[in-house]
Amino acid sequence: MTDKTALTLTINGRDHAIAVEARRTLADAIREDCGQTGTHIGCEHGICGACTVIVNGEPVRSCLMFAVQAEGKKIRTVEGLADGETLHPMQQAFMDHHGLQCGFCTPGFLMLAVGVLEREPDINDDDLLDVLSSNLCRCTGYQNIIKAVRAAAEQMRGK
Amino acid sequence: MKPAPFVRHVPRTLQQALAILSQVAGQDGRILAGGQSLVPIMAFRLAKPAHLIDINEVAGLDRLESDGKVLSIGARVRHAAFHAPVTDNRLAALLTYVARHIAHYPIRMRGTFCGSLAHADPASEWCLTAATLGATMVAMSQRGTREIAASDFFEGIMSTALADDELLAEVRLPLLTPDAKFGFYEFNRRAGDFAMAASLVTYSLVNGKMAQARVGVGGAEPSPRRIEEAEAALNGQSPDDDAFRAAAQAASDAVDPLEDHQTNAEYRRDLVRVVVRRALEHSLT
Repeated sequence: MTDKTALTLTINGRDHAIAVEARRTLADAIREDCGQTGTHIGCEHGICGACTVIVNGEPVRSCLMFAVQAEGKKIRTVEGLADGETLHPMQQAFMDHHGLQCGFCTPGFLMLAVGVLEREPDINDDDLLDVLSSNLCRCTGYQNIIKAVRAAAEQMRGK
Repeated sequence: MKPAPFVRHVPRTLQQALAILSQVAGQDGRILAGGQSLVPIMAFRLAKPAHLIDINEVAGLDRLESDGKVLSIGARVRHAAFHAPVTDNRLAALLTYVARHIAHYPIRMRGTFCGSLAHADPASEWCLTAATLGATMVAMSQRGTREIAASDFFEGIMSTALADDELLAEVRLPLLTPDAKFGFYEFNRRAGDFAMAASLVTYSLVNGKMAQARVGVGGAEPSPRRIEEAEAALNGQSPDDDAFRAAAQAASDAVDPLEDHQTNAEYRRDLVRVVVRRALEHSLT
């Protein structure tokens, strides 16, 4: 029952050859087996959104997928957002608009917002607000996160 | 908060999936589709399936098509498939509106329509939709294929008519008439949280009077169902505040509400009155 399966996870374009049990969540595999600790784990049952990553272009809860289900898929985490020393517009907007305090929820919010805006660049403001209700933040009161994502959305649309 | 060990099976065809399911059904084998309800209960160890049959690699289960009478929804059609209208029938507008209320965007990327029905959470928006519209469930096993009416499918909290070795391979929803009206309202304390009560209504207008009214209530009883008393209060009436309030009161009187640590029966009965009235008001917008 505790047999491990060898597989390769492709995270931010880099292959990680690992061996995990079927029950290993993608979130745990990203952190513990691949050493990419930017992805945070909060509730481990799909409520808080801290572990949100982008799998084949879809923002998903990595605590609700098993690592073995992600083999062969393109996984993107917060470590892959910046281009060298240049932050992704979403990261820069979170800094500029004070969209974080303790920062624990931030990687999840960044991947959620980037994932949705890449799929739906012209998403309207009401729907964007609904999207941001997906994740929990205990510090900011959300207003600055909303400001940051709206600002980054405009920039990502090329305005 | 880590799931217990299990053996994962990855069938590539429906026949393979049914064969494996028939072998492991007796050893608590379960289907894994989107996993957005199953994995959390595994994390809590409320479920400890010894075998999971992952149907994410099975060809053909993402079928989503209309034949002019019904919309057929395959076992791996995800909630997000309904973010935009899937046909030009009025049903598609209903499904798009309801889909927005299901959990959150990332959950809707993975969770499936059929998985939601097979899980049969009392608060499920899709279970309410299936019960209200009179869906037909297509259950497949190695023993054969059978169709189950929505009214026979839901048997209680997280309990359905599916046998252990049956896969809910497809759900068929009847299309709506072009002039059909629909309304939906769900009450919960936080955006995306489980509904404490929800209502879906449909009707058509004949000479300005409501006809073929369907009033569904979910989240309030162990299973979603149509409330005949409320439908009777609508049929033949004009779609106005008096009729809506009468139907809402009839629904409230008819339900046998669930109780939990935050809601007693009286409170939930009152919520039913509110959600039915608001769903009916939504039908006019």
